Amino acid sequence: MRCARCVPLMVSAPHGSSARPRDADLGVGAAWAEAPYPVLVVDRHGGLVRINEAARALLPDVADGDRLHEKVPSWLSQAHRRLGDGPRDACAGPLSGSINDRLFEAHPTSGADGDVVWWLVDETDRRLAETALSDAQVRSEVLAKVSSALLSTLNVPRCTEVAASMAAEHLAEAAVLVAPPQGRRHPLTHARRGGPVTRTVRQVDVASVPGLNEALQGFPPVPARWINPDDIPGWVVPDGFAGPVGSVIVAPLPGHGVPAGALILLRSSTEQAFTEGEEVFARLFAARAGAALSAAGLYSEQAAITETLMRELLPPSLHSVHGVEYAGGYRASKNQERVGGDFYDVHPGSDPSQETLVVLGDVAGKGLDAAVLTGKIRNTLHALLPLAEDHERVLGLLNGALLTSHHARFATLVLASVRRRGGRVQVRLTSAGHLPPLIVRTDGTVEEVATRGTLVGALPTVTANTVRTTLAPGETCLLYTDGITEARGGPLGDELFGEHRLRRALAECAGMPAEAVVERVQMLAAEWLGPGRHDDMAAVAVSAPRNGPLTVVDGRAHGRDSRRKT
Amino acid sequence: MSHPTVPAELPDQLWEAVADGDEHTAVDIVHRALADGADEETLLLEVIAPVQRRIGTEWAADRISVAQEHAATAINERVVGFLAHARPEGERRAPDRGRVTVSCIDGEWHAFPARLVTEVLRLRGWRVDYLGAQTPTAHLIAHLHCTNPDAVLLSGSIPTHLPTAHSAITACQAIGVPVLAGGRAFGPDGRRARALGADEWAADARGAAAVLEAGLAQPCPTAIRQATDDLPHLDDQEYTMVAQSRPQLVKQTLVDLEDRFPAVRGYGDAQRERTVEDIAHIVDFLATALYLDEPDVFTAFLTWTADILEARHVPARSLTAGLDILAVQLRDFPRTVRLLHAGTAALRDHPVPGIRA
Repeated sequence: MRCARCVPLMVSAPHGSSARPRDADLGVGAAWAEAPYPVLVVDRHGGLVRINEAARALLPDVADGDRLHEKVPSWLSQAHRRLGDGPRDACAGPLSGSINDRLFEAHPTSGADGDVVWWLVDETDRRLAETALSDAQVRSEVLAKVSSALLSTLNVPRCTEVAASMAAEHLAEAAVLVAPPQGRRHPLTHARRGGPVTRTVRQVDVASVPGLNEALQGFPPVPARWINPDDIPGWVVPDGFAGPVGSVIVAPLPGHGVPAGALILLRSSTEQAFTEGEEVFARLFAARAGAALSAAGLYSEQAAITETLMRELLPPSLHSVHGVEYAGGYRASKNQERVGGDFYDVHPGSDPSQETLVVLGDVAGKGLDAAVLTGKIRNTLHALLPLAEDHERVLGLLNGALLTSHHARFATLVLASVRRRGGRVQVRLTSAGHLPPLIVRTDGTVEEVATRGTLVGALPTVTANTVRTTLAPGETCLLYTDGITEARGGPLGDELFGEHRLRRALAECAGMPAEAVVERVQMLAAEWLGPGRHDDMAAVAVSAPRNGPLTVVDGRAHGRDSRRKT
Repeated sequence: MSHPTVPAELPDQLWEAVADGDEHTAVDIVHRALADGADEETLLLEVIAPVQRRIGTEWAADRISVAQEHAATAINERVVGFLAHARPEGERRAPDRGRVTVSCIDGEWHAFPARLVTEVLRLRGWRVDYLGAQTPTAHLIAHLHCTNPDAVLLSGSIPTHLPTAHSAITACQAIGVPVLAGGRAFGPDGRRARALGADEWAADARGAAAVLEAGLAQPCPTAIRQATDDLPHLDDQEYTMVAQSRPQLVKQTLVDLEDRFPAVRGYGDAQRERTVEDIAHIVDFLATALYLDEPDVFTAFLTWTADILEARHVPARSLTAGLDILAVQLRDFPRTVRLLHAGTAALRDHPVPGIRA
């Protein structure tokens, strides 16, 4: 057909200037009569000169000599008339129109004596195929877009909003996502094309929408043609929906094992009803939405469980207790995790005259497994609080408990019993195989506390010595784990942070509040590491406040009226 | 009645107490101002924030030590903590606007600006999840999945964290949460926030509140971007190369410095460590400037460092020497060499006596 289109049309030109020699016309004379395409030869005045067999089959009541405009649809007869007015614009594309419910492209070539030979090519099936292909392309594009939008979030409400708004955008004029009931009420998400998405939780009668109850229970979907739009209750229709509901689809959202809800799609009576293809597409959409929703649901559930279990394992937030400042800092070895094998606790004395017990330790290993054992140790030590007068005894009992448990790990720890007496703070310190605590004096000297002992959870008995010391105002005792001194990195990339750098840093920390000391140590270690791998790191500072009685506990002023005077 | 203004001498008074590490007096000053009718937002932004800025400038001028800087910040933070709870529960505004998350860029230690923004937004009725410093990006994203906030406010003070900020911004947007960037790291006009594809930028806490009140559109989660989509110059791999070979570059620069200046060889441990740190910082800022393709990041750092060194009576000439040495090591990387030359020029033109060798 290409060549027919390319032929320059010289219909209105004088005979002598025809682009082709006349004998070429004669040469094809017999061929066109038997061509499989309908061919009409029309003279310049619109009279039908001859038509071939195929054309006769298409237009059975046409005879030679008929007027063209009386026998064929106007798109063709008018095209013929326009041909007489001058050459067609080549860019306009082929002429096309329908004849007897079939779609034809019409290609004119010049015939003898200024006649025009119209070749009609049946394009019906190709057009149908093209439409089907482009529909399929649009749908797979929409599905890809829907999938990536749905997969982007693991938050159930947001996932629901995305699903409802995309359904309203691509499938219908409005969509309602009905989630499985919470108690007796259903979360409903309404979306209207071009409108806002609204979420509500309402008690609704799901049986009032035909097919909805079945969809929510996972039964096969009810075909759209079985649902009478007049039966749709008011709560389904979003605010601002234009006109009465014309057609409805209820599609189940298949989840992982349990239904994730149902999607109701609405079109107004002015829009066409859902075709069978659209119904299939709606189900495909619903399957994707259902999978995404159940993944989000599963994630939320797991996250909530983790959160609950983690709460017991996370290091506590520390503050001042009975006139002594406490601050702690923690960084787990793996960036994705918040807990590890290091731990600390502060157990306040029942009143200022009683000792507060501080514990900091390190379980062999990293990650969750180690964290679980820290939980056990922390609980055991909590139970042993009444015996905290005697550190060695507490360590012995803890050792016994660890030896009889199924954990094969051991631990090192430091115990510190702290009590304020006047402006000074008395401390009893015992190390069980742990790095000795460091004390920063007011003049900036850094002392190592000479307590030594065996680790717990490995040997049948533990030995440890307890050291007593006193902190003057502005002095700090730092308990820390080896993750800090063994941090590897630095500007040259492969050096250990080391105790000498820690001591040098601490020497500058005389007189500083406890949290500033911890922050300084943590920051130096973290900057030393850069993005490098590291062990768990923990530090606890116990400080004697510098200025008089401490006034702020938990960020709240105590001992005087903290309310605004009116 | 609350007053929008506070006595002019209040910031100075608070500074005195904070610099002295005197929490009692510091809290008392704010407590009295509150009792006299000052409102919390004004106290936060016009008294406490200037004091925090002054802590930074006093350190830069070598009038306080790093440790004192930490101590003063800790006291100032306690003042903020006091203010947050100063009003009894019933008098505080209940969260009635929306929910947002405030976080520092992973690796950023300066949490104070983020804390101030958090308190201001709470006063204005936002429900704020404050994640603070030391929040790995993975935790931030997990938090967003669980809480579905209206926006993330990402705070950064030091520009070297901007490559990390970029991945955090794209990660937040990929799950459909818009990002409002703020803090010195993003530049005085927020141009770096735009370069990294943040949805919005705000100069300060009030600006951030205004952006949130105007509303932020959800980014389209299907438009997932790679770093090179925002910053096509990264294709030349110069950033990757410089960032990856940081330890070798630092080591070699130190060796070459010792060759050029025999005095460096006689440095004590501490002095030598300072020098190594300085070189490492130069390489870090060079890498950041390469990442953003913005010489200002580099030149501003160099002139600032020159001032810091001058304040400590350290000749800043070694900075220029360091740049020369790096330019030789990195001669095969045209964009890097251009930056190093821009750095040298900036130091030459910087009005500090002693730098002009």
